[in-house]
Amino acid sequence: MKEKIRIASGQGFWGDLVDAPYKQVTEGEIDYLVMDYLAEVTMSILQKQKNKNPKLGYAKDIPELMHRILPICKEKNIKVITNGGGVNPEACAETIIEVAKSLNINDLKVAVVLGDNIKDRINEIIESGAELKNMETGDSIKYVKDKLLSANVYFGALPIVEALQKGADIVITGRTTDTGLTLAPMIYEFGWKNDDYNLLSAGTVAGHILECGGQASGGNFLGDWQNENELSNIGFPIAEAFPNGEVIITKHESLGGKVTFETVAEQLVYEIGDPENYITPDCVADFTSIKLEDLGNNRVKVFDVKGIKETEFYKVSCSYSSGFSAAGSLTYSWPQALAKAKAADKILRKRLENLDLKFDEIRTELVGYNACHGPLAKELDEDFINEITLRIAVRSDDFSSVERFGKEIAPLILTGPPSVTGFAGGRPKPSEVVAYWPALIPKDLVIPQVKIMGEK
Amino acid sequence: MKIKLIDIAHGRSGDKGDAANVGIIAYDDKGYEIIKKNLTEEKVKIHFEGICFGKVERFELPNIRALNFLLHNTLGGGGTVSTKLDAQGKTLAAALLRMEIETED
Repeated sequence: MKEKIRIASGQGFWGDLVDAPYKQVTEGEIDYLVMDYLAEVTMSILQKQKNKNPKLGYAKDIPELMHRILPICKEKNIKVITNGGGVNPEACAETIIEVAKSLNINDLKVAVVLGDNIKDRINEIIESGAELKNMETGDSIKYVKDKLLSANVYFGALPIVEALQKGADIVITGRTTDTGLTLAPMIYEFGWKNDDYNLLSAGTVAGHILECGGQASGGNFLGDWQNENELSNIGFPIAEAFPNGEVIITKHESLGGKVTFETVAEQLVYEIGDPENYITPDCVADFTSIKLEDLGNNRVKVFDVKGIKETEFYKVSCSYSSGFSAAGSLTYSWPQALAKAKAADKILRKRLENLDLKFDEIRTELVGYNACHGPLAKELDEDFINEITLRIAVRSDDFSSVERFGKEIAPLILTGPPSVTGFAGGRPKPSEVVAYWPALIPKDLVIPQVKIMGEK
Repeated sequence: MKIKLIDIAHGRSGDKGDAANVGIIAYDDKGYEIIKKNLTEEKVKIHFEGICFGKVERFELPNIRALNFLLHNTLGGGGTVSTKLDAQGKTLAAALLRMEIETED
């Protein structure tokens, strides 16, 4: 058994720094590169792409990235684990194998994890007794089941562990929990048992710290953010994991950013609910048990993590189409920028009212004044306001109302308050609103499959 | 004595469905005692009047000197449905840190 392994975070979401994974494999030693590409909205986008072209449906950045890093990963024996397979892990894996061949790498073992995509099984699953009620509202799935854009189960670490046991160099999954990507190599390398919940929770906590990339290593840090520590060259976090469950969060020395008690603590509280019950398919981790110790030199020890047995359910995330929205904006300058923006809003609302359009919501925000903090915003003296951007957004089931709204923004320049600018992007177009349906499904209804590509 | 929350704590916020999660972390143990005593569910609910339209739930993480709040019915329908500029509640930790606290000493 290895004494320790170094797991590096390469992406916090699809659209993150393109060079981050390259720097992780080149600027120091690591054993695993893990990349999270999937936000909730990503699955529906990928499903739409696959509907148009059955060869698509995965994170399209991956082939180009693999072209850059595969020779290095091969030489240094770095394994890559990512959920960027989206709704088409097999197509993703096939392109990676093609890329490898073009680089004269012919012995690359690429595994895929399948079975998370249950969109085409929804009726069968409901008939077998799973209610798939909305976890937040308790509503029945019948309201949305015929207009689903995507439906995916969150798998945990175990299918990835199986892929690694089968000798995979690269593991491409669909909807896998972000934390499972980091936990899996620890289970595999250290032989952790699937009922040692404290160890599984330790790996899960490490996964939570890594899953948003630079957010654990100085990015989006609210503490002393002014000491920006060369964020222009930020190093993404690395988890140095030990067989006893201790983990040291660090980064490559040559890169910027910082890893301190505070940067790790901010990431620990990010997007959590009840900290005593952090539920994943692998375990239920207790975030109130976590001990953090700042060792200095960008090293923070995470230890003593406790947890309990996993639940009987997987989480399912379904997406469905829910109307249309559009947002437009105009910028008003001194003098009386705020008063002008408010006046323009009134005029626009009156015009929309006269047109008898149908909206579920019209939202006005005054950027530079109250868009972020609403009623908490301080009153401003007009003389000190240089400019205000009026932002108006609408939402409706009626496409033509949203489209018509888009035609009412630019006319305000010539027919509303003066000293106004900032309308360069054309009419705001209606975009489809994708809503989410979180639900639970008994684990025995969905069996993950692990497949080594190229093998039968 | 009046102190500004931003002088004794930092934090991060994000989305959980239509709820926002706001994590507030004190810089030291004394700061944690202050936030634990003063940042009650009721006070946070009042602070976010006009922003949070549901209940406020509070959880304690004394191990990292932190409190986690769930502000229900806050994001205008949730991350992808919301028409808000800050649809994911990313700036709400800063919004809570605007609070001023009256302390005894």
